[in-house]
Amino acid sequence: MTVLEEKRAGKIKIKEVHRTYTDSSGNEIEALQGINLEINQGEFVSLIGPSGCGKTTLMRLIAGLDEPQSGKLYLDDEVIAGTNYERGYVFQQANLFPWETIENNIGAGLKARKIFKQRKGEVEHYIKVAGLVGFEKSYPHQVSGGMAQRASLVRALINNPKVLLLDEPLGALDSFTRYDLQDKLIEMWQERKTTMILVTHDVDEAVYLSDRIVIMSPRPGRIEEVVEVKLERPRARNDERFLKLRTEILEKLHLVSNIKPPDFSI
Amino acid sequence: MSSTHKISETISVQLQTNKKIGLCKGLNVKNKKLKQLDETNWKPYSIFWQNMQVFIYIAAFIINLMLPTVQEVEVTIYRIFLGIVILFLIVRYRLTSYSETIKAKNNHEAQLYFAIGVIISIWDIVTTKFNILPLPFFPSFAQILQVMREDYITLLVSTAYSLRLLVIGFTVGTVTGLVTGILIGWYKQWNYWLLPIIKIMGVIPAVAWIPVLMFIFPSSFYAQIFLIVLCVWFPVAYMTCSGIQNIQKSYFEAARTLGANESYLVFKIAIPGAMPSIFTGIYTATGVSFATLIVSEMIGAKAGLGWYINWAKGWSNYAKVYASIIVMAIIFSLVMAVIYKMRDKVLIWQKGLLK
Ligand SMILES: Nc1ncnc2c1ncn2[C@@H]1O[C@H](COP(=O)(O)OP(=O)(O)O)[C@@H](O)[C@H]1O
Ligand SMILES: [Mg+2]
Repeated sequence: MTVLEEKRAGKIKIKEVHRTYTDSSGNEIEALQGINLEINQGEFVSLIGPSGCGKTTLMRLIAGLDEPQSGKLYLDDEVIAGTNYERGYVFQQANLFPWETIENNIGAGLKARKIFKQRKGEVEHYIKVAGLVGFEKSYPHQVSGGMAQRASLVRALINNPKVLLLDEPLGALDSFTRYDLQDKLIEMWQERKTTMILVTHDVDEAVYLSDRIVIMSPRPGRIEEVVEVKLERPRARNDERFLKLRTEILEKLHLVSNIKPPDFSI
Repeated sequence: MSSTHKISETISVQLQTNKKIGLCKGLNVKNKKLKQLDETNWKPYSIFWQNMQVFIYIAAFIINLMLPTVQEVEVTIYRIFLGIVILFLIVRYRLTSYSETIKAKNNHEAQLYFAIGVIISIWDIVTTKFNILPLPFFPSFAQILQVMREDYITLLVSTAYSLRLLVIGFTVGTVTGLVTGILIGWYKQWNYWLLPIIKIMGVIPAVAWIPVLMFIFPSSFYAQIFLIVLCVWFPVAYMTCSGIQNIQKSYFEAARTLGANESYLVFKIAIPGAMPSIFTGIYTATGVSFATLIVSEMIGAKAGLGWYINWAKGWSNYAKVYASIIVMAIIFSLVMAVIYKMRDKVLIWQKGLLK
């Protein structure tokens, strides 16, 4: 991996963050209320919780796409203000630029930062990493959803960000493609130790990938509990401890109050 | 090391799947191409019509040759014209054995060519042969061709004058339209001050300004340029602005998280994203600019196709009026074709995206 620069990871600190929206009928919605959270360098953290609990809002605040009404967010002890390539964002819909080829989409970050000429070779590398060889000149609408999402992932990675924000990037994919991409994600993360923050509604995915799982609850959006995942990697989805933890989290989410986990102990 | 190995393994697996997909894709493309060919040239294959399209022009030739000519007209050009059409159709028919595309096209267009041949024959019969249509308002086709031949220098010069106006006015109008469109689509202040002006100016037909422009500008040339700029500027500016404002916000957000500055957002997101809309504006502008060009030449100019029509009308030479209309049809179709070609090039990324 000669093209990679030094390994870079950032520490995120979120202090007393509030974010209120006013909806179309004039009602105030407390999307986030008093959020406090620290995410360590190189950590893989998942945010999980019912829809509307402010996961996307929190991610957008970290990305600098939105601002809190009170409280502060820090990256490596620097206050976050506005967007920066150090905080990469992968959206739920691949969100590739439809007027650019796959190749140019992947190189967009380098072009935006005006370092494309020096680092052109990396585009080719990331096309390989994403398994998109042969599709360089295709336009986004000509490739499958999984391919588009892989392109979107490496489009953010090519900037070698300190923090990668993943807002349900696998939510719209079929389960086979999703498992495949989860492994890809782990691979990339282990290789470069970027700090990862993933939003997901899939408990299985959260347990499989994360060091810690942040459980959030809605109205007002706040952090309910932070669960540490102490399973060694690589993880097996049918491992007893895996399943136990999964059930625990599901219960905490009040989604499966009366469904027992499958019993593998015989 | 082992992780790298694993990566290369997954890559190779993916490569294989990709190859498969690529193959399917290739097949799809091929099928599409074949189907598309059927879609454009959908007329059932028919030797009968392919023959008829040649025979009708031969018939037209014979009619002109055999029936006595009662109008005062030079028919040689008309006969040469028919001869060229016959030659063209025969050559194309010959070429069908070499190219599938020509074959499909020759078959598909046969009925159309036949119909045009019928119209030309009837036109010839009711004018030069039986003098049924009143002169000078409805001259024969032969006479129109004759005046084209006699007056081709004036026609060419007029066309050149019109084209010069159109090209300069259209280019300047499109560029200013793009610039204003980007400004009002991107900056709130520009939007606040300029959008109302554009909205009001946009509903006024540009030619309404002619009396005012006559004394503002030193020559009718500049006044005409200004008119065309004006009528092109409005739709291009408006559609550029609305194109920019209708771009999905998430594209700008994605670019910003990738490290984009403002100039990247404008030139790499806003403008390419607004291109489909910009071309809609340009189409509208093209139509309006043809009209403005001809009307402005008819009213205040000493040259150009619009002037030529007016001048010919003054002499009651309707053959010349029709001749210049035919030239206009040809020139404006060519301009349109050029713009379509440009659109296909610029918006290649949309191919297959919209039905
Ligand atoms: N731009 C906005 N305007 C108004 N309300 C918003 C806006 N963004 C989010 N919200 C509201 O804030 C709450 C949290 O939204 P979001 O962060 O998207 O939740 P999640 O991603 O967890 O599903 C929701 O009730 C949503 O309706
Ligand atoms: Mg969300």
